[in-house]
Amino acid sequence: MYAALKNQLYNWLFQLRGPETGVVVLVQRRVFILPTRQGIAFAAVLLMMLTGSINYSLGLGFVLTFLLGAMAINGMLYTFRNLANLRVTGGRALPVFAGDTAKFTVHLENGSDTDRHAVGLTRDRKEAAFVDVPARATAPASIGIPAARRGLLRPGRLTLFTRFPLGLYHSWAYLQLDMQCLVYPRPAAPGMPLPPAASSVGAGIERGRGQEDFSGLRQYHAGDSPRHIAWKVAARDQGLFTKQFSGRTETELWLDWALLPASLDPEERLSQLTRWVLDAHAAGLSFGLRLPGKTVGMAAGEAQRERCLETLALFEAAS
Amino acid sequence: MTDPKQAIALRHLLLLTLSLTMVAAPHAARLPWWLVALAAVLAAWRAYLAYARLRLPSRWLLPLIVITATLGVYFHYRTIFGRDAGVALLVAMLGLKLLETRSLRDAMLLIFLGYFLVITNFFYSQTILTALYMLACIWMITAVMVDLHHAHAEPPFRAQLHTAGALLAKSVPLMLVLFLLFPRVPGPLWGIPRDAFAGVSGLSDTMTPGSLSELALSDAVAFRVKFTSSIPETRHLYWRGPVMWDFDGRSWSVPRFLYGTPRFTTGSRPIDYEVTLEPHNKRWLFALDLPGKVPPRAQASSDYQLYSHEPVITRLRYEMTSYLEASYGMEEGRYPIRRALALPEGFNPRTLELAGTLRAKFPDDRALVGEVLGMFRNENFFYTLTPPLLGENPVDEFLFSTRRGFCEHYASAFAVLMRAAGIPARIVTGYQGGEVNQLGDYLIVRQADAHAWTEVWFKDRGWVRVDPTAAVSPLRVESGISAAVPLTDPLPLLVRGDFEFLRQMLLTWDLMANSWNQWVLGYTPERQRQFLAKVGIDDATWQTLAAILFCVTGLIVAVLAVLTLRQLRTRVHDPVKIAYLRFCSKLRHKGLPRDPAEGPVDYANRLERLRPDLSPAVAAITGLYISLRYGTEADVTGLRELRRRIRQFSA
Repeated sequence: MYAALKNQLYNWLFQLRGPETGVVVLVQRRVFILPTRQGIAFAAVLLMMLTGSINYSLGLGFVLTFLLGAMAINGMLYTFRNLANLRVTGGRALPVFAGDTAKFTVHLENGSDTDRHAVGLTRDRKEAAFVDVPARATAPASIGIPAARRGLLRPGRLTLFTRFPLGLYHSWAYLQLDMQCLVYPRPAAPGMPLPPAASSVGAGIERGRGQEDFSGLRQYHAGDSPRHIAWKVAARDQGLFTKQFSGRTETELWLDWALLPASLDPEERLSQLTRWVLDAHAAGLSFGLRLPGKTVGMAAGEAQRERCLETLALFEAAS
Repeated sequence: MTDPKQAIALRHLLLLTLSLTMVAAPHAARLPWWLVALAAVLAAWRAYLAYARLRLPSRWLLPLIVITATLGVYFHYRTIFGRDAGVALLVAMLGLKLLETRSLRDAMLLIFLGYFLVITNFFYSQTILTALYMLACIWMITAVMVDLHHAHAEPPFRAQLHTAGALLAKSVPLMLVLFLLFPRVPGPLWGIPRDAFAGVSGLSDTMTPGSLSELALSDAVAFRVKFTSSIPETRHLYWRGPVMWDFDGRSWSVPRFLYGTPRFTTGSRPIDYEVTLEPHNKRWLFALDLPGKVPPRAQASSDYQLYSHEPVITRLRYEMTSYLEASYGMEEGRYPIRRALALPEGFNPRTLELAGTLRAKFPDDRALVGEVLGMFRNENFFYTLTPPLLGENPVDEFLFSTRRGFCEHYASAFAVLMRAAGIPARIVTGYQGGEVNQLGDYLIVRQADAHAWTEVWFKDRGWVRVDPTAAVSPLRVESGISAAVPLTDPLPLLVRGDFEFLRQMLLTWDLMANSWNQWVLGYTPERQRQFLAKVGIDDATWQTLAAILFCVTGLIVAVLAVLTLRQLRTRVHDPVKIAYLRFCSKLRHKGLPRDPAEGPVDYANRLERLRPDLSPAVAAITGLYISLRYGTEADVTGLRELRRRIRQFSA
């Protein structure tokens, strides 16, 4: 009951509404500010100076104390201003392998005439990336988040904060951007050789997909190499198509779930398949991928590698 | 650089060292040499370690230096408390903290200590120059604080100075309000260390030959006086201070016990004025002879000395009324008279002999007084700041051999002669004259104006002032000390009247210093009450003050917030877009707002459906806007056309 209430209060206070898409403007309602430990220490110093001034009737002591006090109040506005009204957009995160660090980039746009200094982006308050955003400019801030498991990684709640200029205040805003990073399974250690390629049905030259001769167009799939997009077709406003090429393939290399020893658990199998995909791609082979309930057709090239890895990353084993 | 635990860079360390050195520099002259050397060595050491990227000294070394420094301070000052020892310890600790500074957190602590060190400078000096210098120091420290909180890329330090300067400048209005309205309580809150006000010069409760001539070398201001009406003539300006009754053959002193209540009859109209007394760490308040009232928190003795209840340790302002002509002491009792006749046995025999001779010759008291003054005037007596030293029987030696003296010699000799002749006499010390500052229409009385004169008692007149110095050197009383002493005497420049231009400049400076004293340094609870009464807030309690302060502060912060945050709005610079936004706002007022995600073409299409009547105008404006904003050529006539159409457009 208490926890739920607290949660409610937090959600209302910090305006936590779940992932947001598009541009997030840090309106003043979303920027929070509190004194730092140094700020509290400064207040204590000011109090000491005030008592000293009263005790010794130091006219200039009063002037100094009040000047510094006024400066501290002004500093609060400065710190708040350093963050408020920034426009934040989540950037695209490149896929990584499990065990690596996913790099999330947030673009900070400063439309005002005031430079913003030392704006930090952090997730866990331990590590932060600092950027300066000059007036009427945009600057990217990147943060690394360890990708432990395959699948889709969301950064969760990020914090944009600043202590500039005096360090007496900590001003922050919570960001829940709709960002995600595809995490491929961690490739198994190299060692297991590629499965033997099955000979093709029939003899002679087989039509396959290679990179040599143009053979036709097919609908664009996410992950297709931009080099193969039929831009001329796209320019005619007929939608995105990917050019397909035929190559000579004598063999069909199927990376098959079923080929792996039964002693491996599903994740280990996926790791091994990932290794095979990388090896096959490195060898320039054309290959296909067979998973229980999912098959990626025979192809070669960058797009095929990415398509296969994505399939592996998002594969859900039937329980 | 905003993680508190992060190590600080060499640049930050050097800037920090520089700014702290700036603040501590004025202390260097007041601190023992070894402490200054210690602090300098510690700072230099730390800078070297940072420069050479070496490890900081191990932790056990620091307590060792702390103990050594504390012991050193103890042996030098015989205490580790109090003002001077406290400042010495603070400087030593600052050097040590600098040596062990690793992280941003340490650096911030140093910054705070630096601010605190600024205030310790004010114990010693609160002049305008000190204030300006310390302002520069604060600016510097604040800029270093800003520099510390920059991220990796560091702009030139000029940018930080600019930020810090803007921050401080914007703080001035709030500072003024706080200064004027913050409820002032009379200090001190607790016992002030005894050494807090050491080293101020002024009159003391004893007078030996040479004590006043020493004071005459100081051009320090004793007090300033603002008269309600015109300033009386210089020869009437006798500022009454300690009155001395007891003579031990060499020095005069103020009696410990005072008796009777003062009573006087006025002989002239009252003179009203306000005295601003510089702190002199004694209880006397000075007033024009004869003081006609007692300031608050003070009392008067029967010989018309004014005593404050507490030693004057801060600049004190009081209103006074005086009567230039008044008779007092008509009914003096037996004991005071006996005291005013007492002379120590066996001193100054020749003076006593002379007094006997004179008494035999002049039975009338007044005639005797006139004869002695005539002797001073006509015989070979000199008025000088550098009289010869006197031995066992100073009055004898002065009257019969050296014959050169400053006012205390004449007053003392005269009083001894009077007492020996049976006329009650006492010494009054204080100041005589003063310098009029025409610019501010007030009078400056300096330590150099210190003076001693005598009062003799006649049965029918009471106490009468007799100034033997005036007999020797009438100029002293009429024109001040600079006219009276020989040109070769070492008078301070300000007191001497040469260099008219320089003098004018110095008087202007004194006027500024006086306003500074009155309004900045002397802004006491009474002054605050006066100020508040002037702006229409009478009898303000601290509660009302706090409420007013709260409201005004809130108002100023609100204004500052608006000014600061207004800069944040995304500015549109493109005149074409500005014109188009005006068009959109006209439609918004008519209930047809543009959706944030809606482009101009879509908006125009939607408007055409909703308001077919507007269609031609909307189409024209939209077409023009698109061609101007997204077209390749800048078109001035097109822009003018767009503006005209939008101006004429009405929904």
